[in-house]
Amino acid sequence: MKKLIYLDNAATTPVESRVFAAMKPYFSLKYGNPSEFHLLGQEARKAVEESRRKIASFLGAKAEEIVFTSCASESINFSHKGLIEALRHFAPKSFTPHIITSAIEHKAVLETCQHLENSGLAKVTYLPVDQYGLVKVTDLEKAIQPNTILVSIMYVNNEVGTIQPIAEIGQLLKKVNEQKTKNHQPRTYFHTDATQAIQYLDCQVEKLGVDMLSLTGHKFYAPKGIGALYIKKGTPIRKQQDGGGQEMKLRSGTENVPYIVGLGEAIELISEVKDGQHQKLTELRERLITNILKIPEVYLTGHPQKRVPHIASFVIKGAEGESLILLLSDKKVIASSGSACTSQVLQPSHVLTAMGVAAEVSHGSVRFSLGKNTTIEEIDYVSQILPKIISRLREMAPQI
Amino acid sequence: MDELFNNLYSKKVMEHFRNPKNMGVIRNPDGVATVGNPRCGDLMKFYIKVGKNKQGGEYFKEVKFQTLGCGAAIATSSMVTTLVKGKPLIEAENVTKQVIAEALDGLPAVKMHCSVLADEGIRKAVKNYYSKQPSQK
Ligand code: FES
Repeated sequence: MKKLIYLDNAATTPVESRVFAAMKPYFSLKYGNPSEFHLLGQEARKAVEESRRKIASFLGAKAEEIVFTSCASESINFSHKGLIEALRHFAPKSFTPHIITSAIEHKAVLETCQHLENSGLAKVTYLPVDQYGLVKVTDLEKAIQPNTILVSIMYVNNEVGTIQPIAEIGQLLKKVNEQKTKNHQPRTYFHTDATQAIQYLDCQVEKLGVDMLSLTGHKFYAPKGIGALYIKKGTPIRKQQDGGGQEMKLRSGTENVPYIVGLGEAIELISEVKDGQHQKLTELRERLITNILKIPEVYLTGHPQKRVPHIASFVIKGAEGESLILLLSDKKVIASSGSACTSQVLQPSHVLTAMGVAAEVSHGSVRFSLGKNTTIEEIDYVSQILPKIISRLREMAPQI
Repeated sequence: MDELFNNLYSKKVMEHFRNPKNMGVIRNPDGVATVGNPRCGDLMKFYIKVGKNKQGGEYFKEVKFQTLGCGAAIATSSMVTTLVKGKPLIEAENVTKQVIAEALDGLPAVKMHCSVLADEGIRKAVKNYYSKQPSQK
């Protein structure tokens, strides 16, 4: 049987063998509860804190600014709800916090914001994006109000790979906050969902100017079910999970020691190979894009330059995304689509819609996301079979 | 790995998706209809050629489809054509979305609307045929 060509690394990645090896002892050998004072407990505690230090050093943060969670969705829920709740606690009833986010965020952000809005806990502004999926910093600046306490913009969009100007927004907010302090107004905090950025972009929190950053392990060769939230010291936050007071009283529940170890190992691996990967994947991605754009009526989605090395995304006129994915997978090529037919709610991708792509066009969306094991042969194979699959589906479709 | 999608679709669905029956166009059809799914942007077009049996009863002599849509949309269009082909036109009424779905060994709940479309399409093609008959005017 032919080997799978896995081009869905933005959805998830396999667990790297070195990561798995590091995790293994913590299942049945070093299985202590880190809250216990005995030998076994302290052994586990040491591993947890070591992983925390690794993540902190990767982000240029302090260890006590890192909280382990189960995934980016949890980090996002926690950061947004936790901040609003903490601030509302002290604020007069009449004060309604304002959040600014963008229309192309991950559902974890959009749904959390909607929940806060529906519960009457916050007002939310959803910034539009341009045709490339970019947020305009000037739009953001205009949207800031005296009661704006949170700006949440994703670092990289997962569907189209566009990189947002996070550092620039960070600078803007720094200025805004200086002014706000002078005016005795509450500060605006800055959160970024860095899920797709960790592997390839500079994630030093100081440089980005963020107060909170969410990440998840399974996008960079750690297992599913482990993530982290960076919370800058001094940022108000109310825990969302009550109990035994683990994670500096911010997230109760016995620590998932093996997975935490895995996360630390995986993030350390990134720092070892970051630059080499970047170059190699950018070249492969460009090769794929050039090849695929030769097919008539196929268009690139996302920004042509400001995009992460691992994501190549397209819309294909006259072919539906789910069918494309099924036929590709018959050829052992694993990719993904944002077609309405692939969504549980049968809605076209909110990202493509926000970018102004018509529903009948986003119907044919397909995303290839590369990983460290992607080879030039694989890219060429995909470029070779895709035109045939597209013609087949186009032949099947009625002419309109 | 051949069963890669058996969590979503039955074997039957995948068969009809991979090798659709009666896909294509009929030139000078007796009846034709295009239906679309406003929910997700899919399109199905059905063509029929009507024959008459010895008693003068009309039946589906030929049926073809063209579809732009998901795996379930393609499979249901293919299935519906095989279900009606050779049958009397009046029996098109019996080919409901459930019948189509069952013939495919079931469809995921979220995909039931695709079989609605196939069912609707065939009926509309029959209606289109009737509307062209002088006796119906
Ligand atoms: S055609 Fe869109 S879900 Fe089936």
